[in-house]
Amino acid sequence: MGLIRHPKDFFAGLLFIAFGVGALVVGANYTLGTAARMGPGYFPRILGILLIVLGAVLSLRAMRLQGSPVSAFKWKPTVVVLGSVVVFGLIVEHLGLALSTVVLIVGASSASPEFRWKEALVSGIFFAALAIGVFVMGLKLQLPIWPVFLFAQ
Amino acid sequence: MDLLNHLALGFSVALTPINLLYCFIGSLLGTLIGVLPGIGPVATIAMLLPTTYALQPVSALIMLAGIYYGAQYGGSTTSILLNMPGETSSAVTCLDGHQMALQGQAGAALAIAALGSFFAGCVSTVFVATVAIPLSELALKFGPAEYFSLMVLGLIGAVVLAHGSLLKAIAMIILGLLLGIVGTDVNSGAARFAFGIPELTDGLGVVSVAMGLFGFAEIVTNLESVEKRELVTAKVKGLWLTMDQFRQAWPAVLRGTGLGSFLGLLPGGGAMLASFGSYALEKKLAKDPSRFGKGAIQGVAGPESANNAGAQTSFIPLLTLGIPENAVMALMVGAMTIHNIQPGPQVMTSNPSLFWGLVTSMWLGNLMLVVLNLPLIGIWIKLLTVPYRVLYPAILLFCAIGVYTISNASFDVSQTAAFGFLGVLFYKLECEPAPLLLGFVLGPMMEENLRRAMLLSRGDPSVFVTRPLSLVMLLMAVALVLLIAVPNLRKTREEAFAEES
Repeated sequence: MGLIRHPKDFFAGLLFIAFGVGALVVGANYTLGTAARMGPGYFPRILGILLIVLGAVLSLRAMRLQGSPVSAFKWKPTVVVLGSVVVFGLIVEHLGLALSTVVLIVGASSASPEFRWKEALVSGIFFAALAIGVFVMGLKLQLPIWPVFLFAQ
Repeated sequence: MDLLNHLALGFSVALTPINLLYCFIGSLLGTLIGVLPGIGPVATIAMLLPTTYALQPVSALIMLAGIYYGAQYGGSTTSILLNMPGETSSAVTCLDGHQMALQGQAGAALAIAALGSFFAGCVSTVFVATVAIPLSELALKFGPAEYFSLMVLGLIGAVVLAHGSLLKAIAMIILGLLLGIVGTDVNSGAARFAFGIPELTDGLGVVSVAMGLFGFAEIVTNLESVEKRELVTAKVKGLWLTMDQFRQAWPAVLRGTGLGSFLGLLPGGGAMLASFGSYALEKKLAKDPSRFGKGAIQGVAGPESANNAGAQTSFIPLLTLGIPENAVMALMVGAMTIHNIQPGPQVMTSNPSLFWGLVTSMWLGNLMLVVLNLPLIGIWIKLLTVPYRVLYPAILLFCAIGVYTISNASFDVSQTAAFGFLGVLFYKLECEPAPLLLGFVLGPMMEENLRRAMLLSRGDPSVFVTRPLSLVMLLMAVALVLLIAVPNLRKTREEAFAEES
């Protein structure tokens, strides 16, 4: 790591380069057009090149500037919190708002270092009732409350 | 007299029972969510935006403005009582507000924050109404080249006045522009960066981007750090000021309002810059600067008035030029687009009742906040006693339901989570997400104006420097970047933002 003195800038630069390269590669077969009649590929190509240039400057500069290291990436809160949201989105139309809410609340709660099963379960049931009251009964949103397959004709 | 006519028209719209109700609901919900620690105005608006989809455009915008002021005010409450700012603009309120609370002056701090904000709101509403007409007349003279240059200036200004690395911020803007053009190209009908996913041909949702980057990422990073909270609740009594406190505070309120109204107009300005600027000003003007940070009432009165004034005048560039100057206004663009309103100078002429209704509802929203917050403060305090481990899953739930019900699609929820992940990465790498959001909403507009300008000039890029207005704006953008590069000025900029840490 002797060469990279400013890890945050260095990796940010790499991230921008990656997006820039992605834009050029994915956008390679979009019609470019001319400066007077720009096709769909013109503007993204400019942006992609700019991103690569800026990213490269950032990364190269990171070998001269001094900066603090990137704090360790903690996978647990990231994966658990975001994962439980994704799961909620996938199951809500099948299992209904009540069960999905309990799944989301208990799942997301487990990311906290102070996680308690009982408390999470109680809060899950409480917020399920609240969500049904507010969103389904109050705002009349089209969301099933209970598992759909139980009530299929 | 025009001004009075316009305000009368505005009040006739804003004072209808239904719009009053939405203004009230907006302020209430905004405060409710804004009070929650770690949730700033951007995340609050993103979370509540879906609840306004079914409303009439006027009502929806009035409600959103109410949500914004509510969130702002809720953030101040959290700062004073909990020393935990929900957003950067209330970070300075923590410094003296929380000290006042520790000394048993929480009531006075909350009262001056509310009254200062209300006063600033009254003044800046009139300011918005006066400045709006000449500015939008100027904007109507703009061609595509001017618009393109104006956007460049707006985006550069936004990052120069913000904190953090300039280079990273510019890269974030470009990335935002790139994300903004995902979806079907309006000119050719070609799907860009959609990867064959049908949902992506409509583009990425502004709610998903904002909620992921600002809301979800915030929650994840909050969980990583062990929280230390000191809630001051027992000492909140007597929500009023003594004569002496009032005497000390009112000049600060006046100065904060003036400074905030002005700073709110600048690109990248708005609430945050206003409150930092006002704090620095009060500290400089004080007879005894050492009292700052130890519970000086001016340190609450000035910034709180300034951030409200700035929050309000930051609507001016959006409503007259169609250019959002900060992340909150970027979300307002998203909201207006959803209601088929193209923000810009034409709104005032084509839809005057919407325009003036929104302006006057700003004042009404402020009035409601005073009426609402002073009596309801007990409820907000109760809310703050709920531990974070119970709060954050609930916040996630409401976000998830909000995003899902935009179009009953689980894809939207996953998309938001993906932006949450990106947000965590940005946080780790110290990349501010606000410029990205600005770029995101401006992306399609910028491409469109670039295309039109180049079409009119038959492919000659010199059009941007031969048209005088366009040249002036580009030169201003270059000057801003150069200013930052001058070591002396860079130092001042770093000092101005040093209060935060």
